[in-house]
Amino acid sequence: MEILVCVTRVPDTAENEIEVNADGSDIERDSLVYSVNEWDNYAVEEAIRIKESSGGSVTVVTVGDGESEEVLRREMAMGADRGILLQDESFAGTDGRGLATILKAEIEKGKYDLILAGAQADAGAGEVGGMLAALLDFPYASLVNSIEIVDDKTLKVGREVDGGNIEMNRISLPCVLSIQTGINEPRYVGIRGIRQVASVQIPVHGAGELGLSTAAVEPRVRREDYFVPELGAGAEMLDGSNEEIIDKLVEMLKAKGGLK
Amino acid sequence: MAAQIFAYIKHKGGAVDDTALELISAARNIDASAEPIALVAGSGADLDQACSQTASTYKQVWKLGNSAFAYPNAEVLRKALLAVLPTDAIVLVPHDAFGMDLSPGLSIKLDATFVADVLALEVSGNDLRVVRQEYGGQVSSHSLCRMDKGAVINIRPGAFAPVEALASIGEVVDKSSYVAEVSTGREFVELIEAVAGDVDITKEDILVSIGRGIGDEEGIQIAEELAEAMGGVVSCSRPIVDAKWMDKSRQVGTSGQTVKPKVYLACGISGSFQHLGGIKGNPFVVAINKNPKAPIFQVADVGIVADLQEFLPELTERINEG
Repeated sequence: MEILVCVTRVPDTAENEIEVNADGSDIERDSLVYSVNEWDNYAVEEAIRIKESSGGSVTVVTVGDGESEEVLRREMAMGADRGILLQDESFAGTDGRGLATILKAEIEKGKYDLILAGAQADAGAGEVGGMLAALLDFPYASLVNSIEIVDDKTLKVGREVDGGNIEMNRISLPCVLSIQTGINEPRYVGIRGIRQVASVQIPVHGAGELGLSTAAVEPRVRREDYFVPELGAGAEMLDGSNEEIIDKLVEMLKAKGGLK
Repeated sequence: MAAQIFAYIKHKGGAVDDTALELISAARNIDASAEPIALVAGSGADLDQACSQTASTYKQVWKLGNSAFAYPNAEVLRKALLAVLPTDAIVLVPHDAFGMDLSPGLSIKLDATFVADVLALEVSGNDLRVVRQEYGGQVSSHSLCRMDKGAVINIRPGAFAPVEALASIGEVVDKSSYVAEVSTGREFVELIEAVAGDVDITKEDILVSIGRGIGDEEGIQIAEELAEAMGGVVSCSRPIVDAKWMDKSRQVGTSGQTVKPKVYLACGISGSFQHLGGIKGNPFVVAINKNPKAPIFQVADVGIVADLQEFLPELTERINEG
């Protein structure tokens, strides 16, 4: 099966405190640790497992700048066969629809049976997979947490819906799936693996090669600013030594029925 | 504001979802006098029941009936909605597993703007100005969304106040005959209900809940000792289940269990809305997190900035001492 996985480079929210810059125009990007979007990493792992069990190839693609190459190389070190970087000045500042439009242009240059994307990114809206499917006229399923190959034309996929329930669907290939975390355990990538793909050529495709006009990637949703939300009164913060804090906390827990 | 506003109504077994009342509020933030049209899809008696219930809050209800809609398969319903919606419609959809499945593709097919997980909105000139949360709720943002070609807007459940019932009953208009095409490349097979675990966290009064901040698998042991001392059990947030450290039945959140404890000790949990969405009944929430800016501190009753590995064993010891 020929599989394409759409990945993106994001600030790692497990590693960073995200703060707003002085004029609210952006988040503070100095000293942020970036990584591959967590959901995308699960999608790549799933693609590699499918390749390992039934053959084919895995291509990872990202829309980004030169620095996004590191994400492609990381996923290639995991076992993806090739990476493609979609980079153009006109792509900066586009929205989900724009990203889907760019990805569609690349996908139509090749022949893929299955297209995977992460279900969402922390800063994103979980929209690119669904938009891409609609642009390609492929069937789509979101929040996928299991994939079973029925035959060369059909998959059986599980979608994670509310309350821990799983919705099973049969879906025809080619299709687009957005992958939920937890579908697998992404494999560890060692330094050796990274070194092995360090010199692999990664093709860069711009708007010209993809036949995209500036108007095609013009955003309809534009971010105005960032701000820190005011939410409720906030917690009563307990200060002091651990012993003092624990004294206060134990009293509170007793009063609220938190100790049996 | 000329474009008509529509609201997608979710229902199960004929009972309409709480979000139906919230979407009217959201619509009125776009246009104060808005009377959105309710879109109710389904089949059989459940559909009729859902339509009449919706008509107690919406002046106009569009009924979309078809046996293919018995289970809400987003791919099938998208085709039905495309058959009845005008091109410049503004469509409000709850932001949940169904809305995330339906809306991005619907916006493409309508050639409309899409914006997900909206917490607040207002009209700004010709655009819509929306508030969203980013980076796990650590920061929020305003975005301007073009509305000239219509819009599909996913509204976070609980973000808008529900409206009261109408004084008179609304009209139900059967639009089922407009729906011609109900087959797609995706076919619903079955719904597999969540398996009950060894412990039913939904029935517990005291939960010691752990998140990514617990560090490693050994951290679970520390939480279990504390839970035992308190007379409660350990629950967790999603990353713990993804890492296969605990069973799915222990997960609190919109994609896990809904719990109603008296006391909820959130340990190393940042406080995403998907997690908080699983906590009901207004419990006493104690948040312990080493990051003083964790969003959980904005919703907890009591906050403690501490290292869990050190703090939890000390707390356990103190409780065991009596």
